[in-house]
Amino acid sequence: MKASGLVHRYGDNVDTDVIIPARYLNSSDPKELAEKCMIDIDADFVDRVQKGDIMVAGKNFGCGSSREHAPIAIKASGISCVIAETFARIFYRNSINIGLPIIECKEASQEIEAGDKVEVDFDSGIIYNITKKKEYKGQAFPEFMQRIIKAEGLINYINSK
Amino acid sequence: MGMTMTQKILAAHAGLEYVKAGELIEANLDLVLGNDVTAPVAIKEMDKLDKREVFDRDKIALVPDHFTPNKDIKSAENCRCMREFAMDNDITNYFEIGEMGIEHALLPEKGLVVAGDVVIGADSHTCTYGALGAFSTGVGSTDMAAGMVTGKAWFRVPSALRFILKGKPSKWVSGKDIILHIIGMIGVDGARYQSMEFIGDGVANLTMDDRFTIANMAIEAGAKNGIFPVDELAIKYIKEHSTKPYTIYEADNDAEYEKTYEIDLSSIKPTVAFPHLPENTHTIDQIGDIDIDQVVIGSCTNGRLDDLRIAAKVLEGRKVAKGMRLIVFPATQKIYLQAMEEGLLATFIKAGAVVSTPTCGPCLGGHMGVLAAGEKAVSTTNRNFVGRMGHVDSEIYLASPAVAAASAVTGKISGPASLGL
Ligand code: SF4
Repeated sequence: MKASGLVHRYGDNVDTDVIIPARYLNSSDPKELAEKCMIDIDADFVDRVQKGDIMVAGKNFGCGSSREHAPIAIKASGISCVIAETFARIFYRNSINIGLPIIECKEASQEIEAGDKVEVDFDSGIIYNITKKKEYKGQAFPEFMQRIIKAEGLINYINSK
Repeated sequence: MGMTMTQKILAAHAGLEYVKAGELIEANLDLVLGNDVTAPVAIKEMDKLDKREVFDRDKIALVPDHFTPNKDIKSAENCRCMREFAMDNDITNYFEIGEMGIEHALLPEKGLVVAGDVVIGADSHTCTYGALGAFSTGVGSTDMAAGMVTGKAWFRVPSALRFILKGKPSKWVSGKDIILHIIGMIGVDGARYQSMEFIGDGVANLTMDDRFTIANMAIEAGAKNGIFPVDELAIKYIKEHSTKPYTIYEADNDAEYEKTYEIDLSSIKPTVAFPHLPENTHTIDQIGDIDIDQVVIGSCTNGRLDDLRIAAKVLEGRKVAKGMRLIVFPATQKIYLQAMEEGLLATFIKAGAVVSTPTCGPCLGGHMGVLAAGEKAVSTTNRNFVGRMGHVDSEIYLASPAVAAASAVTGKISGPASLGL
């Protein structure tokens, strides 16, 4: 499984309240959520993002609440993969459970810039910066999680068991 | 190598003799929790499952607390979705607004969580029940859906940080100051993926309400869970509230901890977290003049009876500053009633506060106290992220009930000492 697209970059501790502010949580419709994704720190994100694009961030991405609305909003906005130095744990498991590929890699998180074109191979954990021609080795998923991601989420995985 | 308290609980629930940090396990669940924001998403996910009966109608708790009493039509639809699901599946622990409370105050009070349990909740502050010696952690709606059907969840066994608490907190210092102090020390990702295990003779000097507050904010340091030993006080609490059998787990002597911190509770001062992260802490004596517009006392962090008693002690016979809005929201109907019977609500109202029905409302900028651009609030809640309580240009300062109440009187961030208390 691979993803490739242009990069949208953010810093450390991007919390779930900025990914999708609580005031929009009275809806759980992915399309409606996607329209408000990142609105409080990057108001044009929704206009700029193209299907397949990649989000790159620093430490502790997705900290804060357990709202699955956060990875749902990111996925529905068209983002195909999130690369960060580290993820907050609930965000990490929610992403896997809904089938949003995420990958931890310190060097990639620090060096990749906004607008770079990047390709990610989930099976190997290899991140390739096409613009800068530089390769990084991210953390590949344990097999158990790969199975969930391949099934496009925990629900399909349970159905297939 | 021995196991930590958390690892022992997880091993027992996975049917394993031994687990080690990093291992992926599947554990049996004693309770699955959801609220009006997360449960509707989980219910929709459940509809996609081939088998969609709940695993045990007594082991699911559904609490409409976030946007209730219904804030708007969309919230009403969400609450209806959860209510209908609860009725259709004959869910024992569904709490309509007349008997509800903010979930993390409500569940222990209703005796639904006891020592040794494994609990998942589709809400990050599910870690609160660690105060009772349970393993409890926040998950997302899909985990909740899977948990409601299978009675199981996957976990990566966490490593742990150990906090040895010593001594006794001084006057006006409570659980909130202790946990803010700790988060200030280790940072908002200082315990990421890990357990925070609190031990030491200082634990005996903490009330159950202090412990709930501390465990509640473990997630604010990125932790998977926070957990306290089960001492006499915890057992007393459990017996008073529950008839469920409980199990006491203790960490092995040779359990491995990534780090050990010793904390002298007597040296902790009232502590305030500045915008926009809970780790931006300052002790009350380092804070200059910061004028504020609103004070919020309540939430799953500090809306319990002890918290209201402390706030009432500060507010007794005093008035909130002119132009200041003080909002008090007791965490459960039971606490609300007790506060009324003890005369605390009268103290608040005479001081010029509004007292709201139990709801998450202001804590997440939902309703009942949303902030305008440029406004500053002192709040006893647990998050001061950008936009958390309203406009993105508003600011939240997290503090204890004592500091919040004193600040409401002076109109600036201040401790009870500034009132001569
Ligand atoms: S009071 Fe605040 S932190 Fe607690 S459950 Fe409600 S929204 Fe979450």
